[in-house]
Amino acid sequence: MTLTADTAPAVPRTNRSLASVVFVDGVRTPFGKAGGAYAETRADDLVVRVIRELLRRNPGLAPAEVDDVAIAAATQSGDQGMLLGRSAALLAGLPASVPGYSIDRWCAGAMTAVTTVAASVAVGTNDVAIAAGVEHMGRHPIGDGLDPNPRFLAERLVDPAALSMGATAENLHDQFPALTKQRADAYAAASQHRTAKAYANGLIQPDLVPMATRSAEHGWGLLTVDEPPRPDTTIEGLAKLRTPFRPYGRVTAGNSSGLNDGATGAIIAAEDVAIAHGLPRKMRMVTYAFAGVGPEVMGYGPVPSTQKALDHCGLTIDQIGLIEINEAFAVQVLAFLDHFGIADDDERVNPMGGAIAVGHPLASSGIRLMINLARSFERHPEVRYGLTTMCIGLGMGGTVIWENPHHPDYRPALDGSLAGAA
Amino acid sequence: MSAHVTVPPFPGEVVTQAHVRIIDLPGAGPAALITLDNGEDHSRPSTLGPAGLAALDAAIDEVAATSGLVAVAITGKPFCFLVGADLTGIGHVTERGAALAMARSGHAVFQRLTGLGMPSFAFINGAAMGGGLEVALHCDYRTISRGPGMIGLPEVFLGLVPGWGGAYLLPSLIGARAACEVIIRNPLNQNRLLKPEQALGLGVVDVAFDAADFLEESLRWAAGVVRGDIEVHRAEVDRGPAWQEAVAEARQWAAARTHGATPAPDRACDLIEAAASADRDAAFAAEDEALADLVMGDELRASLYSFDLVQRRAKRPRGVPDAALARRVTRIGVVGAGLMARQLAWLFLQRLEVPVHITDLDQARLDAGLGWVRDQIAEQAGRGRLSEREANRLRGLLTGSLSIADFAGADLVIEAVAEEIEVKQRVFADLEQVVEPTAVLATNTSSLSVTRMTEGLANPERVVGIHFFNPVAVMPLVEIARTPSTDEATLATAFTVARALKKSAILVKDAPAFVVNRLLMRFLGEIMRAVDEGTPVNVADRSLDPLGLPMTPVNLIALVGPGVAYHVAAQMHSQFPDRFYLSDNLRRLAESGRPSIYDWSTGAPVPDPEVMALFSIGRPAMGDPATEAEIRSRALAALADEVGRMLDEGVVAEVADLDLAMILGAGWPFWLGGMTPYLDRSGASVRVRGSRFLPPGVASVPA
Repeated sequence: MTLTADTAPAVPRTNRSLASVVFVDGVRTPFGKAGGAYAETRADDLVVRVIRELLRRNPGLAPAEVDDVAIAAATQSGDQGMLLGRSAALLAGLPASVPGYSIDRWCAGAMTAVTTVAASVAVGTNDVAIAAGVEHMGRHPIGDGLDPNPRFLAERLVDPAALSMGATAENLHDQFPALTKQRADAYAAASQHRTAKAYANGLIQPDLVPMATRSAEHGWGLLTVDEPPRPDTTIEGLAKLRTPFRPYGRVTAGNSSGLNDGATGAIIAAEDVAIAHGLPRKMRMVTYAFAGVGPEVMGYGPVPSTQKALDHCGLTIDQIGLIEINEAFAVQVLAFLDHFGIADDDERVNPMGGAIAVGHPLASSGIRLMINLARSFERHPEVRYGLTTMCIGLGMGGTVIWENPHHPDYRPALDGSLAGAA
Repeated sequence: MSAHVTVPPFPGEVVTQAHVRIIDLPGAGPAALITLDNGEDHSRPSTLGPAGLAALDAAIDEVAATSGLVAVAITGKPFCFLVGADLTGIGHVTERGAALAMARSGHAVFQRLTGLGMPSFAFINGAAMGGGLEVALHCDYRTISRGPGMIGLPEVFLGLVPGWGGAYLLPSLIGARAACEVIIRNPLNQNRLLKPEQALGLGVVDVAFDAADFLEESLRWAAGVVRGDIEVHRAEVDRGPAWQEAVAEARQWAAARTHGATPAPDRACDLIEAAASADRDAAFAAEDEALADLVMGDELRASLYSFDLVQRRAKRPRGVPDAALARRVTRIGVVGAGLMARQLAWLFLQRLEVPVHITDLDQARLDAGLGWVRDQIAEQAGRGRLSEREANRLRGLLTGSLSIADFAGADLVIEAVAEEIEVKQRVFADLEQVVEPTAVLATNTSSLSVTRMTEGLANPERVVGIHFFNPVAVMPLVEIARTPSTDEATLATAFTVARALKKSAILVKDAPAFVVNRLLMRFLGEIMRAVDEGTPVNVADRSLDPLGLPMTPVNLIALVGPGVAYHVAAQMHSQFPDRFYLSDNLRRLAESGRPSIYDWSTGAPVPDPEVMALFSIGRPAMGDPATEAEIRSRALAALADEVGRMLDEGVVAEVADLDLAMILGAGWPFWLGGMTPYLDRSGASVRVRGSRFLPPGVASVPA
């Protein structure tokens, strides 16, 4: 065994300032309901399947050329622990020379995996990396193993509701009385219907990798589509659901995402490297931002993070033609839309439906948003910019702004630098 | 029972269920996926008894009743496909009719996989043996996981034939020559199995996928086949004269190994031969008849008994103290650097990976011993079996010196010096001065009294016999001999070390030559007696051919070395002159330094004229020199007598330990059941002892 790296580039890139970063490709497992199809399937097996499919779909990229593997999980124990980024890379059959690490930013884990490896590519320390996220909420119930510091409550550092996500969603309804339960239910029903339509049009299936499901009682199965959607949902039906977080509250199982299992992954690369390897470029990263808000209204997080990201790159919300926002709760999406003056049923927002229908396996959802946006970019070459955004527990938001390579004005950064693309 | 299974469940059958799931075969349509799962973890692989067959039959009913399916596929629980028929149940089959029904039931159920009007797939996700592989062979297509699972048709190894379709389907798929490899040669070659890539190379399976997402990729491939996107190309099978030639060669090869002592290889050859032209129904009917005959034969029953000894009893030796009593062994001493000692040092080094120190009185011999071990390390590294890092580690652990004082700190010291009681006594007395009072002192003696070696020792309780067989790396047995003083901790340590060395150990009383050598010497004495009395060497030597032993007596003497053989024979003769014949001609051979009575220079065993010139051949006390049959009868009688004595003396706890010892220590074949089932079968035990060693049904067809 040789101890020297045999994958060093022929020409040293010592002088590269900022590289143009592209989203090469993304895939995900179908999402399952906690306790459902994946009840006896391991979390690491889910994300291993995603990594292998990414490499299979992109034969131009040799496994040894992957510079790093970042994998997110909100609960980092058991089959989501053991330095998941490294252990899943080994399980996926990547060579031992490929390093890996784990990432955690709760719901924005996969998004943070993407922005972190993208940053490493942008500054030129990596050429190609895999970012992924997984959450098996059936095996790892939300909050499992947490040990909150007693100071949080003793010193009133956070509202007691801050650790119950449903309660923070109720808080948002309180803060913005215009966000009614009726609007939330209508939005939720529309999410279900848009998802059903996207499935009918074959927009979701191409980026799903069928996953074998283990059941000791029933034998092996194969999950090929998301398990959670309820296409028959009606606003009337939603109105009858109980409000588990508060008597006479507004947040129900119907206008929130569920408890889900699933994994997502993406290849992130320097644009010139993607071109040189003949890899697809589905989106180009413009910028990203994370921002904090009060933990008791964590759903408001996407508002400041999106504003911050727009400010970074000098774009305005009017220039954003497509928005993929995670639907942890309908009310949190509505708060975002109201802030930016966008209608509840605007076709630019979650055109393929969202987490209320397909589910929200916490740390994996960020890349699902990107997969959807990439699909919509392909169908809408007239749109130049889009964004993916999501709220994060303990009061944060994350936003990534993307450029559409299918747009006629798009100019590839052939020398790899951002300046070349400007 | 079900429509196609006409046998009641075996008592206590661990039933392999067949779960049916309707899945979406991506881009192709709905398919039925059958999972075979006995509900146990990977340490207990799935097998098929009558209830398991009925479960599969019911699953196929369910598939047949589902409309609109485009394919049916069958796979196993995690890490295991299916390892064949439930052998534990065969002991319960007492009538040929039931054996025949079991054979027919397997065919009836498996054949349904091809009659469903849709393509059938087997996804071999792990071990697939015997009936397990046959299930897969009945399917139209096969995928295999590149994981660690092995596949094969080991039936002939046990004394059966692949009678659930394998003897017909496999040659039809891959040709007679390759099929003979899988069905005849591999089973008779230490039951060799195929790795996934080998199975792919032979054409047993159509495609191999990585283990990581084997099932998903198999389903994707199956969808491609169903859609017509993937075409499966298989090599044309040559049904010309080459077919019969291949079978004839295999038949001859097997006969040379077994001398007809087990009927299975011949029956399997018959079936493969007929597969060239027989139609499917006729071929399957012939398989049924062969299976029924063999199941009702004592050779198979003895084999199953042997299999159980090796699989179970060898892993849980009887009369062994709790392993928790064992002392930690982190440093080993080997006294002596001779041929046996250096092999022991290498084994300890390789398996325990702890410091191993060797001493010898002679610098040249010490250097030779150390050099030999280092050569072994280099050879293993050269063959890629050891990484350079591991090789460096082992080299660093090996030391040697001329001083026994350097054994201070050793937890276990084993001596392998000259087989002289005074020498060994002096070694142990010297060792006591250097090692801790709890260090285990072991002897590798093959024929001396361990008890006598403890005379005068302050701590005789830590002395134990650990008898290895030559060649040490290959022979799987060790005999652990306790003296009246050996304590539990010492015994537990010896067994724990044996297990770590990957040897099977049996507990024996400290008695002359323990088990294996005592029995071998007793019958070798009868062979040499016949030679001395005028029976031609070749005649005496082939007298035991009908047993199908791994080597003839004359070749066994050559393997052990005439010097060692004579030494042990002399030891035994001096103690029991009435029973252990001491051949003067064996002494002459040993003193001559010739390696064998035979000269192999022509490629065939011919009595070496130079050796024969040394021999002094006399005459029997009365009558003519003994014939083959007479010698065989005497040898078996001698064995039956000696076995009886060993049981009376309590050398081992049970007769099963003697059989296990002969299987693992002397390589005696499964179809003899080790030894006592054959002594019972041949009538020797009743003739000599007046009774059988084992009741009918234990290792024979029930009465």
